[in-house]
Amino acid sequence: MGVTLPPQARAHIDAFAAEVAGEDPVTCVGGRTQWEVGGAVPAGTREVSAPRGVIVHEPADMTVVCGAGTPVAELEAVLTAHGQMVPLDPDQPATATVGGVLAVGRSGPRRLRYGHIRDLLLQAAVVSADGSVVRAGGPTVKNVSGYDLHRVQVGALGTLGFLAEVRLRCLPIPTAARWFTTGADPFTLCRSLYRPSSVLWDGSTTWVLLEGHPDDVDAQAVGHDLVEADGPPPLGDRARTSHRPSQLAVAVEAFGAGRFVAEIGVGVVHHRDLPATPVPVPAPDAVDLHMKLKQAFDPSGRLNPGRQPW
Amino acid sequence: MPAPPPGQDLSDLLSDLGAVLGADQIRTEPLELALYGRDASVMQGTASVACLPESAADVQRIIQVCVRHGRPFMARGSGTGLAGGAVPVEDPVVIATSRMNRILEVDPAEGVAWVEPGVLNLDLSRSLKAYGVHFAPDPSSQQVCSIGGNVANNSGGPHCLAYGVTSAHVVAVDVVLPDGRIARLGGLDAEPAGYDLRAAFVGSEGTLGVAVRIAVRLTQDPPAVRTLLADFDSVDAGAATVSGIIAAGLVPAAIEMMDQRAVEMVEAFVGAGYPTDAAAVLLVEVDGLPAGVDAATATIEEVARGHGVRNVRHAADDAERDLLWKGRKAAFGAVARIRPDYYLHDTVVPRTRLVEVLDRVYDIARRNDLVVINVFHAGDGNLHPILAFDARQPGVLERVHQAGTEIVQASLDAGGVLSGEHGIGLEKRDYMPIMFSAADLAAQDRLRAVFDPCDLANPAKVIPAGSRCGDLALAQVPAGAWV
Repeated sequence: MGVTLPPQARAHIDAFAAEVAGEDPVTCVGGRTQWEVGGAVPAGTREVSAPRGVIVHEPADMTVVCGAGTPVAELEAVLTAHGQMVPLDPDQPATATVGGVLAVGRSGPRRLRYGHIRDLLLQAAVVSADGSVVRAGGPTVKNVSGYDLHRVQVGALGTLGFLAEVRLRCLPIPTAARWFTTGADPFTLCRSLYRPSSVLWDGSTTWVLLEGHPDDVDAQAVGHDLVEADGPPPLGDRARTSHRPSQLAVAVEAFGAGRFVAEIGVGVVHHRDLPATPVPVPAPDAVDLHMKLKQAFDPSGRLNPGRQPW
Repeated sequence: MPAPPPGQDLSDLLSDLGAVLGADQIRTEPLELALYGRDASVMQGTASVACLPESAADVQRIIQVCVRHGRPFMARGSGTGLAGGAVPVEDPVVIATSRMNRILEVDPAEGVAWVEPGVLNLDLSRSLKAYGVHFAPDPSSQQVCSIGGNVANNSGGPHCLAYGVTSAHVVAVDVVLPDGRIARLGGLDAEPAGYDLRAAFVGSEGTLGVAVRIAVRLTQDPPAVRTLLADFDSVDAGAATVSGIIAAGLVPAAIEMMDQRAVEMVEAFVGAGYPTDAAAVLLVEVDGLPAGVDAATATIEEVARGHGVRNVRHAADDAERDLLWKGRKAAFGAVARIRPDYYLHDTVVPRTRLVEVLDRVYDIARRNDLVVINVFHAGDGNLHPILAFDARQPGVLERVHQAGTEIVQASLDAGGVLSGEHGIGLEKRDYMPIMFSAADLAAQDRLRAVFDPCDLANPAKVIPAGSRCGDLALAQVPAGAWV
């Protein structure tokens, strides 16, 4: 990494790499908050955990480096003290780890405004299947030095390597952040509001999160007849489906109002009636690329066996 | 110019290309090929033939012919790249996307537009105006650079400080892979299944295939925009203001900085009313909703005053804003007023190290007896030192090269990266080992081999030779290449 890290950070990465090394199947454990995603790892598989702890927060550069095994709440505590945040937004920040959230690759409900969580990842140190440490990305927000291998790790479920340490992009915490509800059509609302942070819909009620200057939040709320709310509806992360934003209304037709929460403008639907997330299928024309990628980075299939991102 | 390999006979290749393309889509005239032999860098390569596809199917047919002949190919957009990414090496078939310039579909409900790779960046944003949306990446060359080129280089531009680089604005890409198949990487749905091959492709500089249809994300136009020009007595005061703005919890849409030489040069060229006696000028833009924009403007002025700003000028209307931006974006063209040739560098340093690296850049230029002009994206630490020179002067190229290497090293020493938005191409390929270990580079090459096991797509770029096990072949390097 470009910026000199405290020697203990490097030592932690090396120790983690040594732990991963070997010929046997191995699985990387975070907070087990999304453990079922992508399939079950066989019982008895050797378990390892990535280093924990915030290493460097540079408020003026708006970047933070932490061990991938750091609980999200621990990271947030460090950033909040400087008025910054990294909108990873997992359901259970106290237990979910930064590396776990990135490896699963599911953005939180503020994706509408802040984009996919992969775009928060600037640089990563990854332990490969052969136990070597590979670094990709760079310490700055702008960077086109080589391939974005670090971003390929996001959503890869630890099947291409285990995240050991990450550098993330920070953002200022908005001055005001308020949830509202309305009975208005969520699709029209989503487009007529200026950059809402979240628009959620359960088939009858629409929830809106507005962030920014307090006067702007007020003005947008008044202009759209929004009613103050305590917070978002429970998302019930039992099952989740992915759609094109324009197809959401069709996608939820079969489910009654209140039995789902749809992320308008994004395309994610959180279900109450589906027992589990259906297994997604990659576009057939690219299936062999996914398989070759796995083969290239983990030829023996020892990393998180039983799990795959499709 | 390197001669074609001895005994190279193109007649079979040309006849196969002729069978799948119209006669006017194939170019073999030496003069025209010489034009396709270079981009906006100082390097020159050789194309064996240039093709002008008009559709995705054309690109696919061209690449299938290349596969049959084991002939490399290289896609080319507008050729504005500065790192030699579009300089042909190993006599490839050049696939120029200029005729693939259609905006295929604008879909506000989906929040995306599908475009062909040859669509020009500014043309796209102009066409989207009626919908109240735009494509956020806005490189300085946006009048002439293509979306396909933006994807290849993961381009930035002034406004990526707040909005992010191209990768965050490309949802899906239809790609002709180096084996001649078409595949969709990414997708319009929220969480496409499988690995994020789209993320691997964006910024890969044409080495993983050729984008033939691109789904770009549409960004809402901001209801309010304020543009300020603040001028200072010292570069340090300007840079300290940049840090102060970020420390105040603001992320303006853009923060650009120009040093005195840049201001003088631009002012003589554009006449935007820049203060030519200032040591440094900041161009700051904030956008969003009115109250937030007003508050941010007030904070920025306060921070600037705290650092002894001489004057803050507010753009009164869109016309004045356009004029201020014209000054910034025309800077590179204006260099010709000082010296006939220039060499533009592109490195990024952490924002907190900006002043220190700038001092080193000035010192490096002084020691190498070169004129340096600094115009850069200060908000994200993206330096663009311009070394202006006269190539007719004996020995000057060596000094320019030496200074360039020192600037790259100074940026990396400060914890920066090799390239912010121009890519690695040929120019910085052999600097890659300074930033990455052998294991890092081998991993990048593994990714490349997944897409392109036979090294047909834009060979010899990005990854230094020798990163692949058993890689013995030395790629030929074009004349004038500073690698």
